[in-house]
Amino acid sequence: MAQEQVVLNTDKWIDNYADYMYNYAVVRVNNSDLAKDLVQDTFFAGLKSAKNFQGKSTERTWLVSILKRKIIDYYRKINSKKGQAEVRMNFYDDGENEGNWIEERVPQSWDNQSEKSIENQELRSQLESCIDALPEKYGMVFRMKTIQEFETEEICKELDITASNLWVIIHRARTQLRKCMEDNWFNS
Amino acid sequence: MFKSLKITCDQATTICDKNQYGEATLLEKLKLNIHFIRCKICFKYTKQNMTLTKIYKGHANSCKDLKHCLSDEDKVALKQELDKIKA
Repeated sequence: MAQEQVVLNTDKWIDNYADYMYNYAVVRVNNSDLAKDLVQDTFFAGLKSAKNFQGKSTERTWLVSILKRKIIDYYRKINSKKGQAEVRMNFYDDGENEGNWIEERVPQSWDNQSEKSIENQELRSQLESCIDALPEKYGMVFRMKTIQEFETEEICKELDITASNLWVIIHRARTQLRKCMEDNWFNS
Repeated sequence: MFKSLKITCDQATTICDKNQYGEATLLEKLKLNIHFIRCKICFKYTKQNMTLTKIYKGHANSCKDLKHCLSDEDKVALKQELDKIKA
């Protein structure tokens, strides 16, 4: 009952922060249902640990820091799903050809590589479905870096990965994506 | 000394991808260009990669302005869930 303890205005949380937090989550996980769940979990966790809130930061900053934690947990979860997530590689990964292009995955010449097709709506939906076909963690990192244009450092911090780790993921995502666009757009 | 400049296609394309964001180091760019001398495939990859970067960029520009909001129903549902916890 101490007067100096900071009181959180939990009744106003949804009105004040739900949209901001939902937007924050959805650009990172790119899935609206999942983002809703993460926001809800964050509010629950916030309520449970409301007594730990010391008023050193604003309510919103404090809630977002919980949400960030939830996003890292989610990333770790999809990152540990081995096997199912592994991509067909474009390069030999051992033997004397290690690091060379696998023959049937070598880049082909593109037929309809016209400049004006870049603004095309059809192209964009093809691109979206190719990104969706990536293993979840590749898609997540690729989107954060390429579509949301976050700084490398920021992504590394938020997902708790190293920069070289990030570039390997980006590389795998982009070679996979290139192949998908080649098969379904440029040479289809 | 020159051996350290030799890289595989996997490494070359990794550098190329990094370079699409302007974040490859000078040494990496040097290694990449030396690799091009003997590898036409990676050279082709790089040219196509620039086309892809333009496409991604166009897509990024149209996505970034998008603000995602929760619907009113979602907010009501969320409030009810929270009230359950509080009770």
